[in-house]
Parts: sequence; C-alpha cells; structure tokens
Amino acid sequence: MTAVLSVEDLSVHFGPARPVDRVSFHVNPRETLAIVGESGSGKSLTALSMMGLLPRNAKVSGRVLIQTPQGPADMLGLPEKRRRLLRGKQIAMVFQEPMTSLNPVHSIGHQIEEVLIAHENLDRAARRTRVLELMNLVRIPDAARRIDDYPHQLSGGMRQRVMIAMAVACRPRILIADEATTALDVTIQAQILQLLDNLRRELDVAVVLITHDLGVVSQWADRVVVMYAGLHVEQATPAQLFGDPLHPYSYGLLRASPRSDAGLTYRDAPLAEIPGSIASARGEVGCPFRPRCPAAREVCGTVQPPPIQHRGDRLVACHFPGILTQEERHVAAYA
Amino acid sequence: MPSDSTLHKALAKPAVRTQTAQPTPRPEWRHIHAPDARSATTAHLPRRQGFRELKLFLRNPNAIFGMVVLLTMALCALTAPLIFPRDPLAMVSRPFLWPGQDPAFPLGTDSMGRDVLAGLVHGARISLYVGLAATALGLGVGIIVGALAGYFGGLTDRILSRLIEIFQTLPSFVLVVVLVAIIGPNATTITVSIAIVTWPTVARLTRAEFRSLRENDFVIAARSLGFGHAHIIFREILPNALPPIIVTSSVMVAGAILMESALSFMGLGDPNVVSWGSMIGGGREMIRTAWYLTALPGLAIVVTVLALNLIGDGLNDALNPRFSEDRL
Amino acid sequence: MAHSKSVPRQIWRIVIHAIPTVLGIVVLNFLLLKLAPGDAADVIAAEAGSATEETMAALRRSMGLDLSVLEQLKTYLLNLVQLDLGHSPRYAMPVLDLIMQRLPGTLLLMGTALGVAILLGIALGAIMSSFAGRIPDRVLSILSLLFYSIPGFWIGLMLILLFSVKLGWLPSGGSGTIGSSLTGWDALIDKARYMILPALSLALFYVAIYARLTRAAMLEIRNQDYVRTARAKGLSPLRITLSHILRNALIPVTTMAGMHFGNMLGGAVVVETVFSWPGLGRLAFEAVMARDFNVLLGILLLSSLVVIVVNGLIDLLQARLDPRIGAK
Repeated sequence: MTAVLSVEDLSVHFGPARPVDRVSFHVNPRETLAIVGESGSGKSLTALSMMGLLPRNAKVSGRVLIQTPQGPADMLGLPEKRRRLLRGKQIAMVFQEPMTSLNPVHSIGHQIEEVLIAHENLDRAARRTRVLELMNLVRIPDAARRIDDYPHQLSGGMRQRVMIAMAVACRPRILIADEATTALDVTIQAQILQLLDNLRRELDVAVVLITHDLGVVSQWADRVVVMYAGLHVEQATPAQLFGDPLHPYSYGLLRASPRSDAGLTYRDAPLAEIPGSIASARGEVGCPFRPRCPAAREVCGTVQPPPIQHRGDRLVACHFPGILTQEERHVAAYA
Repeated sequence: MPSDSTLHKALAKPAVRTQTAQPTPRPEWRHIHAPDARSATTAHLPRRQGFRELKLFLRNPNAIFGMVVLLTMALCALTAPLIFPRDPLAMVSRPFLWPGQDPAFPLGTDSMGRDVLAGLVHGARISLYVGLAATALGLGVGIIVGALAGYFGGLTDRILSRLIEIFQTLPSFVLVVVLVAIIGPNATTITVSIAIVTWPTVARLTRAEFRSLRENDFVIAARSLGFGHAHIIFREILPNALPPIIVTSSVMVAGAILMESALSFMGLGDPNVVSWGSMIGGGREMIRTAWYLTALPGLAIVVTVLALNLIGDGLNDALNPRFSEDRL
Repeated sequence: MAHSKSVPRQIWRIVIHAIPTVLGIVVLNFLLLKLAPGDAADVIAAEAGSATEETMAALRRSMGLDLSVLEQLKTYLLNLVQLDLGHSPRYAMPVLDLIMQRLPGTLLLMGTALGVAILLGIALGAIMSSFAGRIPDRVLSILSLLFYSIPGFWIGLMLILLFSVKLGWLPSGGSGTIGSSLTGWDALIDKARYMILPALSLALFYVAIYARLTRAAMLEIRNQDYVRTARAKGLSPLRITLSHILRNALIPVTTMAGMHFGNMLGGAVVVETVFSWPGLGRLAFEAVMARDFNVLLGILLLSSLVVIVVNGLIDLLQARLDPRIGAK
C-alpha cells in the first residue's frame, strides 16, 4: 500500500524563524491522520504547505509528494500552474471559519460550481446537477432550494458542509480539515466529523485532521502526529499515544486535559499544566521543549533529539522516551 | 463624586493604552497563529503614546518631502510682505515679460505688468490662510456635532445625522458658490462657506469613532467613576478618536485650498487680495500667447496640495498601519 | 427564494428615507433665498427699469413678501410642489425650464467623466494592488496622488494648451461644431471630440480616488479567508482576481462613487466654465455674474435632488452587489 501523500523533510522559514522544522510523515489511502499541537506548533503551516498555499514571504524546503494518476507529484517543486491543477482536484482543504471562508457575494451553488469549472470539462447543466448531488452528499437538506442561497443565509454547520462539498467536488485523494470544527457548536462538530468520516469511506479519500482537540483525535484518528514548536515530536496510534505517551510534551498534553482518556467532554486544552509557553521557533540548540520539560537533563540543552523509531512503528523525538509515563507509574506503584 | 484621581488613572489609563495599541504585524494570513507568543509579549509592553507613530511618520520620505514643501510655502506666505513689500496687484514693469526675460522679474509679468513671482508668494497667504482656517472651523463644528451624535445616540443622533446627511447631499462646491455669491466674496466669507461644506465629513467620521468607542471598558470605567459627559467626551473618547480625524484634516486643508482656488478662478475670490486662482483666471484669456500666466500659479497650487496629500498619506500610514503593511 | 428583496420595496424604502432630507434641503434653500440681497420685487422692478416706493410696496404685498417668514415658506413650498422655481429676469424664462435645458449637458458630461473615472480608477487600482510595494505600484501611487492634487479647471486649461493650442487636435470649448450638418456616426464623433477634454479634466481627480480606493480594498480583500479558499479550489489567478477580489472591491468603490457624485457636480461647474460647456455649471457661473439668485438657488436645489436620486440608484446597485444588504 503506497502512501497517497508523503511529506519529506518539510521546513518553512519566515526570515530567521522556522515555524515548521524538518517534518516528515505520510498519509495512507483512506486513513484519518490527525496532526495535533497547540497554536504556534506549525500544524496549520504544515497543512498550507501540503496545499502549496504558503504566503509569499515564506521560504519552504523539502518535498510534499502527492500520488496522482500520472504518478507522484511534488507540490513544492512544481510550477504554480501545475500546482493549481492539483489543488481541489487531488488534494483539497476545509478551513476553520466557514463564515469567512466563503465569499459573501456569491451563491453557495456558484462557489461549489467554481471547483468544477476549474477542473472538470462539464457544461452548465451537468455542473448544476453535480452541484446538487454534492449538496445532497454532504447532507444539505433541500438542496434544490438552497443552491442559490448566499453564505449569510446559512448556519455555521451548513456553511461548513458547503466547504466540504467544495472540497470533495472533484473527488480528491486527500482532504485536509484544518480545525474544521473548532468554530462550531459541540453537537454540530460531531455531525461534521461524522460526515467527514462517512465521506472518507464513501469517496475513498484520506483525511488529515489538523486539530488541537484530543477528543477529536481519540475518536476519529487512525494515527496521530504530535507537533511542538514546528517539530514532529511523536507519532503513534491514538491507543498508543493515550495509553503510553512517549514524549514529555505528549504526556503534558494528555495530563492537561480534564479527562486523560480524552472523551467527548474534552475541549480546548489550555495546557496550563505545562509550565511556560511555546518556545519561539528560532533555531536554538537542544530540545525545544527543554524549558518546559520536567524531565530535562543536561544533554537536552545541547543536542536536539531527532525523531527515532521506537518499539516498532512509533516515532518519538526525545532523548528519554516515555520517561514521564514511567515516573508516574513508579509513583503510583509506591503510593 | 469621587475625587480620587489616582483611582481614575489606575482604571482608565491602561484601558486607553490598550485601545490605541496597534496590533503587532502578523504574517500574511490571519489564521496562522505561529508566532502567537510574540504578540502576547508585546501587547502589554508599556509604550509612550504617539512616539512610535511620530517615528513612523518621520521615516516616510514622501511625508518629509511634503513637510518641507509645505513649510517653505508657509515661510513664503509669512515673509511675503518682507520679500515683496510692494502691492502685488500694482503695475511694476511692462506687461507680458516672459519668465527669465528680465532678471528683476524672474517669473515675468502679466497683462497688467504685475510681477508674477510676487503674486505667487503673496498668493500663498490667502491659500494657506483659507485652507487652515476653513479646516480648523470645519474640524471644530464637525467634531462637536459628531461627538454629540455618536456619544448620546438616540434622538440626538437621529436629528444630527439627518443634518449631516442634508449637508452631505448638497453638492458642496455649488453650495460654496451660492453662499459666497450671496454674502459677498472676501477671505472670511470664503473660509466660513468652505467650513460649512466640509464639517459634515468630520462629523460623520467622529460620530462613527464615538459610536465604536463609547462601549469600551475605559469609557464605562470613567462613567462608573461619575465623570460628567463633557469629561468623558473630550478627555476620554476624543483622544482615541483623533487618529482618523488627524489624517482627514490634512486632506481637508488640501481640499479647501482647491476650493478657494476654484472660487477665485471663477471671479468669486476676495477682489482685494492676489490669489493663485485669480491669477489663473486672469491669465486664462492669454493662454494662446502667454501660457506661463496660467501654468505657474497652477503649479503653485499643485505643489502645495500635493505636499498636503503626501503628509496625509504619511499620517495615514503612521496612524492606520493596517492599510500600509503591504507596502513595506 | 429565501432572500426576496423586491426592487419596488427597496425603492419605497429609499424614497421614505429621502423625504426628510429633501425637506431639509428645501427649507435651507428658502432660507438662503431670504438671505440673498434683493427680493423678487426688486428683480421685477429692475426688469421694469424703474419703480416708485408705492408700486414696490404694492408689488411686495401682491407677491406676499410682506407676510411672515413662515407664511412665505408655505408659499414657497406650494410653488415648489407646482414645480415653480421662480423666474429668471436675465433669461426671461422660468428657472425650471432654464435648468432643464442645461441639465442634460451636465449629466452627459458627468456620466462620461464618472464612467472614465471608475473604469480607469479600478484598472489602475488593480494594477497597483497586484504590484503592491514594487515599482509600478510606487510610480502609479505618486501619479494618482498627483492627479488627486491638480485642480480640475487648471488641468483643463493645460489640456487646452496642449491639445488645442499646440497640437490642434481637439476643440478648446463648446459642445459641438456650430452650424455643422453632420449626421449619424459623424455627429457622434464630433460630439465625442468636444467631450474628451472636459470629461478628462473632470475625471482625473476621481480616477485618483478610485484607484487608491481600489488598491486599498483589493489589498484588504486579498488577505480574506475566502480568497484563500478560492486558491485552495485551484482557481486561476485571473479568476480569483476578477471574481473574488475585484468583485468584492466593487462594493466600497461604488459606495464611494455615490458619495462623490455631489462633489463631482461641483467640479463640473468649474470645468464647464473652462470649456464653455452648455450645462448647469456654466449657467451657475452666469447666474453668479448676473447676481441672479433665483437661478442659482434653483440649481442648488435641483442638483441636490439629482444627488439624492443618484444616491438612491447607488443604493439599489449596492443591494445587487452585496447580497447581505437588506437581509437581516
């Protein structure tokens, strides 16, 4: 099974700052990969890099390989003209704010149709039929009546469904959802995530969930990538991560949540239990989590730990993987 | 009434500061929170008010150029009676001397043998006087009306807004022409007439600012401390509403100068004073033979107005950095 | 559809909203008329050549000029309702007829100038915004600021100097070749030749305004989330610029165009006098020279009404451009 998307050694620079630092991971067909981290961890920039949508002043290196029917294509290496043909067609994205992400002056039908105009060779009538199909697919009730509505006439959840309809209009292989449910009510969140999961199976699309919400991760993800300060610090399945976090940051992330099994009630971890704030992304020596790490040793201040394979399929970037979890068990055993 | 001014300062001033604090420039897209920590650390740094804006303004070469030109013009206007003590409307040489023809009259003479350079230097007086005085008057009326409408809201706002709308609907230059024609042309009537048509712009702007500021914490704090309306309007809200008004005022001076020149071009200027517009009006008939009589005073207007607009742009960039970040 | 915003209902709303403004303008007009030196009796007496004290008094009584101001206002309003704006002694015809004769000329000139200004301004603004901060943007920014600083009447004279006097390409004034028997296409070309210079003189200032506004709006909109969405959809840069950025930038630009219409009318007054263009502006100029206040105030009143109508049309256009308007 070859990956539909592989990110290799991706770095993003803004002047001296490096908010994404040598990140590598891959996405398998039909899986849901979650990328978690607090704001400033570089997860959104990683998503934008995958779309080739970084702001102009960003410098980017590494590769983002996307499987296309014509073979793998590197989103970062291609000229803008070819990249455009991948966006919306092979890889699509749903953004956080459905209110501002839709153009207020065009009807939702037209905005969905635009994807078809850009990528498919269909006549007007065929496009309209497809738009209606898509609106039904994302469970927008009464599609025929709503097709000419404007975004302001829709609820937040409905708008996000429109965004999803646009994203899946050309049946992409990869769908990135960048905090796609953060701005919505809890009940609507669950509906939208369920919809994404249904589409994943129905349309054979891999979903990349960018989130800071561990509840979402535990419930929907097949694999998790944890990012901290632009670095890829841990990768595991949710079960592995929640049961046995290897990186002290992952450990803190889980312990900071009200329920460490990260059920449905868990929302918006303030990370207050992890002392300090996210380090600036400047290339300092040593482990970037060291200032906040309760288990930091001397070596952590001098050598930045690279991501290494751990216990088979897991990855962790720490000199002392699992140290906090072990300590906790130790304390628990003596308590 | 509480007399404890330290309590007032403790409550109100920090709020004032955060109000005026500009957001730190962010990367191009709003949703990228990458350097979140940076804005968090700079947001509450103490900062002397207006200092950063002044520095930004002084770093703008266009604005500096505008300031230099404007100050030169102002200097000309102030020293005109010293440099050219003779009446600029008096005949001093033979008519239609071209610029450069006679070193005594470097910019030549007009159809009546009047010194063009002396006319230009004296003309700066009326232009700048009308420009500044009309703006000051317009600002005064506009700020008061706008502040009252925006601060009190309700019926006051409805009535004043209607008044603003009426004056904004009247075609401004037509109204100025009518007013000056009816009350008779002289520097004061021209100034007042221009102020009558320009105050609504200021009033609208001030009203909008007051409406958005009046619900702010620092206003509520001041109100809860029992300060009177006048204090809250002028001491609490107005200082925070000033930036857009300051930007507008330099454009208003430019507009007033343009209006005065158009009036005197049409023969509605003060007949006893030489003005750039009246010089153009007088030179107009001779455009085929002595076009410099039209061109030179026009250039004087353009340079002055351009200087003011450059200053306005510089102020805008310094005070509203939101719109200028893409230029950097 | 869920958002039925019927046009008749919108028009109704606009009309209802405009009524108090119209009334305010009418009253203001009446007050200005009272302020003007000399009343209607003086005008008639002047026409007749001479009149005694008694005949004047009788005349005043018969015209109701001895009544209270309120009574006179009532008469004035009644006359207005019957479309009676008074009589012009100079032209020996009703003011309304006189104005209606000249209104089309002004509207044609303004319409052309506004069209040119909007098209050129948006085009320049779009270019400036796509090169933001780079050389073409800087050059055009300075150029637009220059346009913004040039008085319309002076640029008109300079255009006459260049294109009529020096090059002889275009006529220097008037609205058509006198006594020409041109028909069809040739007549239109002839008209257009007379139109170019005045329309351009009037438009330049507004080109600058719309260019600057379009630039700012497009830069602002370029960073909106929905533009990022459009890029994520894989749309072409041209489509993104036209259908998403420019389309949304049109909203502030049309708002501004509406707000400037009254000012443009004022600009037309001066430009018409430069080019002897037979419109309201020249009529106003002649009325000023003749101290014909009936005509002058008639022009003020009617041009205000034109502004109100145009603003109403802009409101309708806005509702078409921005689906959020009117749907609460």
